[in-house]
Amino acid sequence: METAGNTQSQLFAMAAEVPSATALYHAAEKVRDAGYTRWDVYSPFPIHGMDHAMGLKKSWLSALVFIGGITGLTIAALLQFYPSSIEYPLVVAGKPTNFFTVPAFFPIMFELTVLLSAFTATFGMLALNGLPRWNHPLFNWDTFKKVSDDGFFLAIESTDPKFDEESTRAMLESVGAKHITLVYAD
Amino acid sequence: MQSPEAAAERIKRAPLVTNNRPMSWITNHVASVTEKGAPMWWWIAFTVSASLALVSFFCIAYLISTGVGVWGLNHPVGWAWDITNFVFWIGIGHAGTLISAILFLTRQKWRTSINRAAEAMTLFAVVCAGIFPAVHVGRIWMVWFLAPVPNSNAIWQNFRSPLLWDVFAVSTYFTVSVLFWYTGLVPDLATLRDRAKNKLRKFFYGIAALGWRGGNRQWKHYEMAYLILAGLSTPLVLSVHSVVSFDFATSVIPGWHTTIFPPYFVAGAIFGGFAMVLTIMLPARAIFGLHDLITDDHVDKMCKIILLTGSIVGYAYAMEFFIAWYGGNAFEQYAFINRATGPYWWAYWAMIFCNVVAPQLFWFRFFRRHVLWVFVVCMFVNAGMWFERFVIIVTSLHRDFLPSSWNMFYPTWVDIWTFVGTFGIFLSLFLLFIRWLPMICIFEVKAVLPEADPHHGHDDHHHAPAAALKGAAH
Repeated sequence: METAGNTQSQLFAMAAEVPSATALYHAAEKVRDAGYTRWDVYSPFPIHGMDHAMGLKKSWLSALVFIGGITGLTIAALLQFYPSSIEYPLVVAGKPTNFFTVPAFFPIMFELTVLLSAFTATFGMLALNGLPRWNHPLFNWDTFKKVSDDGFFLAIESTDPKFDEESTRAMLESVGAKHITLVYAD
Repeated sequence: MQSPEAAAERIKRAPLVTNNRPMSWITNHVASVTEKGAPMWWWIAFTVSASLALVSFFCIAYLISTGVGVWGLNHPVGWAWDITNFVFWIGIGHAGTLISAILFLTRQKWRTSINRAAEAMTLFAVVCAGIFPAVHVGRIWMVWFLAPVPNSNAIWQNFRSPLLWDVFAVSTYFTVSVLFWYTGLVPDLATLRDRAKNKLRKFFYGIAALGWRGGNRQWKHYEMAYLILAGLSTPLVLSVHSVVSFDFATSVIPGWHTTIFPPYFVAGAIFGGFAMVLTIMLPARAIFGLHDLITDDHVDKMCKIILLTGSIVGYAYAMEFFIAWYGGNAFEQYAFINRATGPYWWAYWAMIFCNVVAPQLFWFRFFRRHVLWVFVVCMFVNAGMWFERFVIIVTSLHRDFLPSSWNMFYPTWVDIWTFVGTFGIFLSLFLLFIRWLPMICIFEVKAVLPEADPHHGHDDHHHAPAAALKGAAH
């Protein structure tokens, strides 16, 4: 079997290439049904329905963003009410400064809700994906460079409880994968 | 009359990428623009626009060192080209967000080949817009008064003022646009990283790509983040120009104090923005031979949006007049009659011609598909939208309530060259963008190819029913 990276280091995964998005989709269904848990498929673009084929649940990033949005709303409310109604009420054109002037605070409440939600969405996505990171074992494998062009790959990680060089290899061959390679961590 | 076959052919949905281009062609065609040496025209264009940008910087330095008196402002025209230019540029930005967010949520897949450049245009337009409110304050070292911190007398900002809302709206808009744009760029930066041949490119694109690998466990969160950002940007883009219009609408100036302003400003912003997208995309498409990605159908669709929003703007012009008459307020009536027949009549009718009359050509397929006509109409719209803001701001101010306070506005050379120079800033940034970053979203274009669909081709072979059933069973 081909290898990539330093074979003295720890084994990261057994990886392979398939010819198309369709092939990757069906391969993912097979790997899922075979009961593997620590694996992933790699593609140049998100493939519609792949979450289902892999048996993944919906991303819970939306929950984080909800918390971020509430935080923004709270900050905006405090930022405006405390100075304008409590600490130094500014009387402009004889208008009241009490709690009922809240409609005038809506625009900034809205903006800060959006701002903190957007920060949470972007940085939360990166955090959930374990990014940014400098390197990754898969980058040791030259063929994998095609993943950002037109290559479709799948990798079964060696930490998967069902990982076994013989049976995993047989499974990958059965889904029509080529270039089956052992990718090492270093 | 057409034959039924020809008619059926015409209503068939055209492919989003023409000539059956494979994925590697798309990668190569878009990414190679950033990899080859800059062509001669690029250097010439960049030299010209960077020089123009320097003119703007010089004018700003002169303004700051001397004072706002170097502009043609007077009493009662205290806002003129500065705020006109601000609203003009910020409006242009809206098309980018509309394409990237609203068309994404409405599943308009044709947006994929134009959204990257349109979003970049948004950012650069907002950069140009931000200059004017920052420098028009006069004593620019006091500009920190805009930030929500108390001054030395412990007085806070007036949070009930639309001008402060504007600060929050525009800075949020810029920040969220940057996040949205960068999130969209990450997979394409990974493409550039994987194609990089020399160490420098490997290093910089490697850092910028943040270690992206394209695993589906990453795409899952990525797609959710993109969806959420689109969902956030959609109300945001509608709010930004609404808040800009509040700067005017919440005042008591006849001609400004109208409830139609928020929707009217938003429609105008999208209208002017799409014209600017086409103004820069048509030359870029011609130069880089991107006709298979930005097809005539794309241009056609954008022209239809220009026609729609231009008609909304035309309706708003008419409705403003109607309400001025119907409302029975003599000052309001005078403001509008003065707009159309007063000393600025030429600006008003230039606006009507450019924004309402010129886009009517787009009712006809011929004009929507003829590149030169599209370009000419878009230039009219660009000019018309600047005139619109000039008309709204200056004609409403120049005739104050007391005739003794009436005055005309004449721009000085500083007014003119600061504005002209912002086109240099805008174009310089855009030229740098097309030189260093993929101007078309590579991964999204691949995703709309027929072979990107995992169920593609099932109809062609005899396992089809079984495979379809299997898919449905899960």
